[in-house]
Amino acid sequence: MSPNLTLAIIAGALIACGVYLITERSLSRILMGVLLAGNGVNLLFIVASGPAGGPPLIGVTPREEMADPLPQAMVLTAIVIALATAAFVVTMAYRSFQLNGHDEVADDVEDNRIRELAKADEASDSFEEIRFTDTGADVVSE
Amino acid sequence: MNNLLPLPVLLPMFGAALTMLLGRRPRVQRAVSIVTLVAVCAVAGSLIWITDTQGVQSLWVGAWAPLGVVLVADRLAALMLTVASLVTLFVLIYATGQDEEEVRRETPVSIFHPTFLLLSAGVSDAFLAGDLFNLFVGFEVLLFASYVLITMGGTGERIRAGSIYVVINLVSSLLFLTALAITYGATGTVNMAQLSLRFGALPHDVTIGIQLLLLVVFAIKAAVFPLSFWLPDSYPTAPAPVTAVFAGLLTKVGVYAILRTQTAIFPDNPLTDLLGWAALATMLIGILGAIAQSEIKRLLSFTLVSHIGYMVFGIALATQASIGGAIFYTAHHITVQAALFLVAGLIERVGGSTSMDRLGGLAATAPVLGVLFFIPAMNLAGIPPLSGFIGKLGLLMSGVDVGTPLAWSLVVGSVLTSLLTLYAVAKVWNRAFWGTPVLGPFAPDETLPDDAARAGKLPAVMVGATAALVALGLTLTAVAGPLYGYVDRAAAGLLGNAYLEAVLSGVGR
Repeated sequence: MSPNLTLAIIAGALIACGVYLITERSLSRILMGVLLAGNGVNLLFIVASGPAGGPPLIGVTPREEMADPLPQAMVLTAIVIALATAAFVVTMAYRSFQLNGHDEVADDVEDNRIRELAKADEASDSFEEIRFTDTGADVVSE
Repeated sequence: MNNLLPLPVLLPMFGAALTMLLGRRPRVQRAVSIVTLVAVCAVAGSLIWITDTQGVQSLWVGAWAPLGVVLVADRLAALMLTVASLVTLFVLIYATGQDEEEVRRETPVSIFHPTFLLLSAGVSDAFLAGDLFNLFVGFEVLLFASYVLITMGGTGERIRAGSIYVVINLVSSLLFLTALAITYGATGTVNMAQLSLRFGALPHDVTIGIQLLLLVVFAIKAAVFPLSFWLPDSYPTAPAPVTAVFAGLLTKVGVYAILRTQTAIFPDNPLTDLLGWAALATMLIGILGAIAQSEIKRLLSFTLVSHIGYMVFGIALATQASIGGAIFYTAHHITVQAALFLVAGLIERVGGSTSMDRLGGLAATAPVLGVLFFIPAMNLAGIPPLSGFIGKLGLLMSGVDVGTPLAWSLVVGSVLTSLLTLYAVAKVWNRAFWGTPVLGPFAPDETLPDDAARAGKLPAVMVGATAALVALGLTLTAVAGPLYGYVDRAAAGLLGNAYLEAVLSGVGR
């Protein structure tokens, strides 16, 4: 069996775009990424199922011309799961928007604690202060 | 008797549908959930007996052999099913003990019971799955139920924690699907028994890629370092019963999947080095994280990560003794970790907080709580003669038997982790249970006349369910002899051909 190169390339492109979007912070973009990458993975199943053939019905298509139905059943399952994913993540993003005014995935508690510790450390000699301030006023360097 | 196999999946699913319909009648809903889970426990218990006396059971659902879905129960799956369903049952009883006011705050909607039962169905399906795709479906069922449970109520804190949890698991599901597509492309099947035969004929480069991809997926679910970062951040914010069942079951499903793929699909390539070092890092880094915590639920989440390392230790060495030790440790750890999280929920009720800075003197305020915490905590740390000690001893002995530098490092690392676990739980004991009673700003009912009355306010059902779970942990200790014989036979079955023959007897390969 020789795999279908076009499908493989499209799958690769979809997954690449999906991964890029998943690295974003906003939940709605992450969802787009998951859906794109999910479709890419679904195409991989089609690649794995070999060359296209007739409907796999006994009596309609001769046995050697049938398409492999198993990957298609798997893809159907994956599509249904993707639908549920989309529904849930959209709801969660909306709830996050209601509560916070944005739908970004927040820093975890441990990150915040380390930041607090760093603040408490300001008095010590080893503390190196790095601070970026933007007061909004135009600053002209001298 | 094969037809028993779908019941642990079907019963909770029908139960979920029924409880969904009964959403307006909470009492009937509770009764249905409890009856369902009791039935699942009974089926799982009888599967232990059947698999131990008659060998591996398999069922091709709809007789679509060798293409369709196959459910397989061997000794390992039956033991996991039984422990998991018992823990789920006790946690559910604990959840029904919440009073009306708390139900509104913690589990405000009528979907708690249906979702909880679906979670149980997903866990059972993952344990019984005989092919990788069905394992994937089982994972998705339990994950979607867990998404709903972890964001239950939709408060800001839970949405924050839930976002991380959901995104991590979506990514791991995508990786799982990719692994499935590649596996199917390479072999033309996703059935585990057939895979173990067909992978042997493929070049090593192909199989190692698929094996590593699957291991990454399951390591994310099982929270093996360095893929464990998400767990301590997402578990503690959920309601106590939800955290307890997550901590007890979900990571163990990941461990089970690692064990199953390593023994059933890739028996010739145990990847001892990779898994061994990962296990060592998981144990040590997890427990160091736990020591740094001042919040009980977060501390327990880190000990959870740390003790996953023990199970991976056993899987990595891949001898009969080490795998038996890992199975025993998994069964022990499910009960102990769930019990500790339930106790943390009770502590929150009495002390108004689970932060050790705000707690103190609980041993005087609520002596029952002290006992309920002390026993599983000592069990977790591995104090003889409790089951944690027996499990650790089994793993250590198997490590000494192997005797390689890696095995010795694992032995030393796990003893150290055990000591540090003792330190971590002793810290909780000292700061929360000893000292002068502190009433936090949120302490309930300060109008009550004295401490005893306040402690008496713990609902009997919740205390009873927690006590039952603690007692289950003690039962594992009491029956450790026969149980260890059982897990040893289970490990022998995993390393032998029994699984393969039971699935493929009479069907094509």
